[in-house]
Amino acid sequence: MYKYDTYDQAMVDTRVEEFRDQVRRRLEGHITEDQFKPLRLMNGLYLQLHAYMLRVAIPYGTLSGAQMRMLGDIADKYDRGYGHFTTRQNIQYNWIKLEEAADILADLASVEMHAIQTSGNCIRNTSSDQYAGAAADEVVDPRPYAELIRQWSTFHPEFSFLPRKFKMAVIASDIDRAAIKLHDIGVQIVRNDAGEIGAAFYVGGGMGRTPMIAPCINPFVPIDQFITYAEACLRVYNRHGRRDNKYKARIKILVHELGKEEYTRQVEAEFAHLLTQNIEPPLAELERIKAMFADPAFEAGLSDELDRSDPDFALWVDNNCVAHKQPGYIAATISLKPVGGIPGDATGEQMRLMADLAARYSFDELRVTHAQNIVLPHVKKADLYALWQALDANGLGTANLDLVGDIIACPGLDYCSLANARSIPVAQKISQRLSAKSQEIGELKLKISGCINACGHHHAGHIGILGVDRKGVENYQLLLGGSEAADTSLGTITGPGFDEDGIVDAVEKATQVYLANRSDNERFLDTYRRIGMAPFKEALYG
Amino acid sequence: MKILTGNDLKTGAVTWWDGVQWSLHVEDAVDVGDHADTILVRELAARRVNAAYAIDAVKDESGVRPGHIKERIRALGPTVRPDLTLKPADPTAGDWVI
Amino acid sequence: MAEVQFRFRDDEPVADPGVTVDAFGEQTNAAAVRLEPGDDARDLIPHLDRLQLIEVNFPVFGDGRGYSAARILREAGYQGELRAVGDVLVDQLTFLRRCGFDVFAPEVPLDPVDAENAFSRYAEVYQPTTDGRAAIWSKRHG
Repeated sequence: MYKYDTYDQAMVDTRVEEFRDQVRRRLEGHITEDQFKPLRLMNGLYLQLHAYMLRVAIPYGTLSGAQMRMLGDIADKYDRGYGHFTTRQNIQYNWIKLEEAADILADLASVEMHAIQTSGNCIRNTSSDQYAGAAADEVVDPRPYAELIRQWSTFHPEFSFLPRKFKMAVIASDIDRAAIKLHDIGVQIVRNDAGEIGAAFYVGGGMGRTPMIAPCINPFVPIDQFITYAEACLRVYNRHGRRDNKYKARIKILVHELGKEEYTRQVEAEFAHLLTQNIEPPLAELERIKAMFADPAFEAGLSDELDRSDPDFALWVDNNCVAHKQPGYIAATISLKPVGGIPGDATGEQMRLMADLAARYSFDELRVTHAQNIVLPHVKKADLYALWQALDANGLGTANLDLVGDIIACPGLDYCSLANARSIPVAQKISQRLSAKSQEIGELKLKISGCINACGHHHAGHIGILGVDRKGVENYQLLLGGSEAADTSLGTITGPGFDEDGIVDAVEKATQVYLANRSDNERFLDTYRRIGMAPFKEALYG
Repeated sequence: MKILTGNDLKTGAVTWWDGVQWSLHVEDAVDVGDHADTILVRELAARRVNAAYAIDAVKDESGVRPGHIKERIRALGPTVRPDLTLKPADPTAGDWVI
Repeated sequence: MAEVQFRFRDDEPVADPGVTVDAFGEQTNAAAVRLEPGDDARDLIPHLDRLQLIEVNFPVFGDGRGYSAARILREAGYQGELRAVGDVLVDQLTFLRRCGFDVFAPEVPLDPVDAENAFSRYAEVYQPTTDGRAAIWSKRHG
């Protein structure tokens, strides 16, 4: 894992004091709320429905046991005993006091964490593959490249007042577990035929009210030029992205309006200029970072055998664990989606338990996934049963990864001031209704957003649900056929929306249509793609 | 009726204008008639409240009921965590927001 | 025109008010120009040797195009005065300075203590620009 040096530590420590000073100036009336708002947002502090909310960055989703323990302690000390893991691998606290915010940041800084640029019209926390460093299919570990982006983007002087927010994701395998084509910039680290490492740039994807899949604008940027290339992408956007309409201000609109070719031409021209400016960190810096992401001390020669005699354990292994690059190890997902629970929520106590289990069983490392779960990336198979027993005893052993109960849901109108409808109660009801059939249904990615901003990724769900406000009443639209994996696609709305109970019925009917029509080992998504919308419409509205 | 709501500047807690000060309880909210803007400008400038605004509400036998579900959820708390609402002892409190 | 409040240059300030980019194209003797957010800073590059003052206007602080304009001008070798004018606030100063602004004329004068803190707060920086400060990575691998 990355360790701060004195430079990195000074940066976050200074940020704590800067924010403390900004809060003081607001409380003393030196700056207005209009002036303060972008400052607090650039430090992840929102004013939500019930209180201030603090979004803490978990860079590329990786954290240590000590960091997870601190997140749990903050939940208990400053909040109401829990936190919410988000689709961008961050954690949010819902009941924060402005007057305590700087103290929380100081606690975070003590474990090399921060809330820098977790909101605002700037480059946000970079997300990545939750199995980075463990996945059997990766070209390299993508996290050193994400860390390079973290440092480059932190307080970037030119890009702190962009037209709109800017989200980046980095992966290094062909299986996309970070939805890179739905980001402002998605980077895939690749190896070319000559064996050299480079970065493929996908620019202009996103969800929100105008979902777009990012086109690839350059399939191979040499790795010793990739920060410069990102700088060129951003500069063209900062200069020419729309500022007349916030709903058209994301880079996806610029790329769409200019066209991929013209945008790419402008980026390449800016890139050629910026190459003369010596802004690229030397490869030695990448090597310094990479050394900190070296494999932990895996034991060699371990057996891949597992005792599967406990059927509940075997089910959990089959659902929640994925192959590891190292023989004898496995990556295990802790589901934060208990049946009928609140997706992504964890108590302070659960966070500390996960921290302890990471220390004992996973080389002190955890990951947050964009599906709002937690991963222990490096578990020895010989320890897996003991790990599962500890999880199961604490309500963290739900065996439902990528099944219908593993629902992504934004906080919705229960917490969020932008929401039009509640997301969580819908997720809870669907989970209760369908979890018993989840093994039969198989892989089904269900995603719920409480407004068009799409924090719940509803466009990219095999089944997506969008909450809208219809004359003051919550109403839910159903979408089918989205995906955020390597086969990225956007869902299609089925037709008129439903009320809260109606949407639960509608989801159940959609699964029935699938079960009646599936052939062989088709997933819900495959069947939908094969048979199309008509049979689903017939069942829903016929 | 027109009532005023906002958040406490320091704590972020949801508050309602009771005619004299800002209360945590929507039941205390008073009809401000045509004076919403005057009160809001004064109270925001004094930093006694943050992000305050006026909304429509009705007064019925159960008290003051904001016209939109969003403010009813603000008045009660998250419906999915009854333990964290202002009425943790009342399991049916969530019905009021719908 | 707002007063200059902070100046990090030793030369004599230019007294002429900046003309618009359009007018500048026609007035071959103008030494001062004012860039609005929609103007293309690169249009000035052929004329940098006769320019002594470039004002960059920030009508609202959230419009960040002026940051790119400033860097483009400095990257092209402009050595004259680069003045940030308009809605220039304390918490933008450090970013503006890093992008090459060396003179600040905020519409509403800033608290001098807050401003001094802002200019000096961060001892180190992650990114190299043309402001002469070495990036952290270059110190790590000096």
